Amino acid sequence: MERSTLDLWVGLFVCAGIGALLILALKVGNMSGFSATDTYTIYAQFDNIGGLKPRAPIKSAGVVVGRVADIAFDNNKFLARVTMSIDKHYKFPKDTTASVLTSGLLGEQYIGLIGGGDTANLGPGDTVKLTQSAVVLENLISQFLYSKAAEGDTKK
Amino acid sequence: MLERPIASVRTIGHQSIDSILRLGYAARFITLTLLHSGMSFRRLRLTIRELYFTGVLSLIIILVSGLFVGMVLGFQGFHTLQTYGSESALGVLVALSLVRELGPVVSALLFASRAGSAMTAEIGLMKATEQLSAMEMMAVDPIARVVAPRFWAGFISMPLLAAMFSAMGVFGGYLVGVVLIGVDEGSFWSQMQSAVDFREDILNGVIKSIVFGFAVTWIALFEGYDAPPTAEGVSGATTRTVVTSSLVILGLDFVLTSFMFRGV
Repeated sequence: MERSTLDLWVGLFVCAGIGALLILALKVGNMSGFSATDTYTIYAQFDNIGGLKPRAPIKSAGVVVGRVADIAFDNNKFLARVTMSIDKHYKFPKDTTASVLTSGLLGEQYIGLIGGGDTANLGPGDTVKLTQSAVVLENLISQFLYSKAAEGDTKK
Repeated sequence: MLERPIASVRTIGHQSIDSILRLGYAARFITLTLLHSGMSFRRLRLTIRELYFTGVLSLIIILVSGLFVGMVLGFQGFHTLQTYGSESALGVLVALSLVRELGPVVSALLFASRAGSAMTAEIGLMKATEQLSAMEMMAVDPIARVVAPRFWAGFISMPLLAAMFSAMGVFGGYLVGVVLIGVDEGSFWSQMQSAVDFREDILNGVIKSIVFGFAVTWIALFEGYDAPPTAEGVSGATTRTVVTSSLVILGLDFVLTSFMFRGV
């Protein structure tokens, strides 16, 4: 085979391989995401986080504003302590509510932030005071059953 | 009376010593190849020639199998997901199974049978026809001149081929899922993009294919270099290349996956 055609084919091959990798990175995967440089960290304590996992999204009004960096157990208060990395572009007031929510009926769990009316914003290292735990299906069912039973008692 | 049991134990011992010796030879062989690989970069033409034979000529089989694996995944995934009413997750299923597992493993298996066997046969025949000895007579190191360029060509082309396989497979899944069956195109891509992570999924797949490329070319070159210089020896070495590298790929895949698997 002639030298130039061989070079051409090998060049095409290498370019196609790198191109395929780029397609995988950009089109199939999410190359973007939040890097550690342009985020700030806030904390929140929950009674129960349900099935929340590290790297779960943090959404406000449905828009992803950050990711869960770490989940730990506070052995003094017996609460779950969630570390959240929030994009620097987004500021939240001090009285923000953080709640563990589920996307869809069986979807993944995420943290929803709802801003309050405070004029001061949460800074790096601050803790969200108002939190709402994940809904545990068993508790929900038992509450429903108790209230049904209570209804039955009053009717008698 | 004890003759026969002793003889069989002796056979086991002989075979174990033999296989350990071969493993040692193989390790020495790969070390020599790595040490003598300066020439394959100084005279890049040698490596480029081998890249053509191992990489470019494997393209057809890799691309076609990638497309078909992706299309079959599209059909099968849709069939299963339909039961749970989550057809829109088809993109996630196709992309994750291709990028994480099927892409690296299947393309490595195809690479072993397409390019690995050719390497073994070529080097084995070179040895049988005493071309390697002739090189040594001319003070040309056959490891640097023949083996190392082939090693680097296989090492470079394997991750590229695996990436192309995965990309083609995702395209095949798209063809079947979106174009043929009619899954919503937006949710196909967006769910895929939100579920597939660059570092966790794609980079791990690339690491896998690099390891497989190393293992397959190593086995193929060693079997060729070590083949008995007869027609029968070369054919046996070619068979061993395909069998051993397929088994090694599957075994390594299990080990790598269990390392990369982040538990719940």
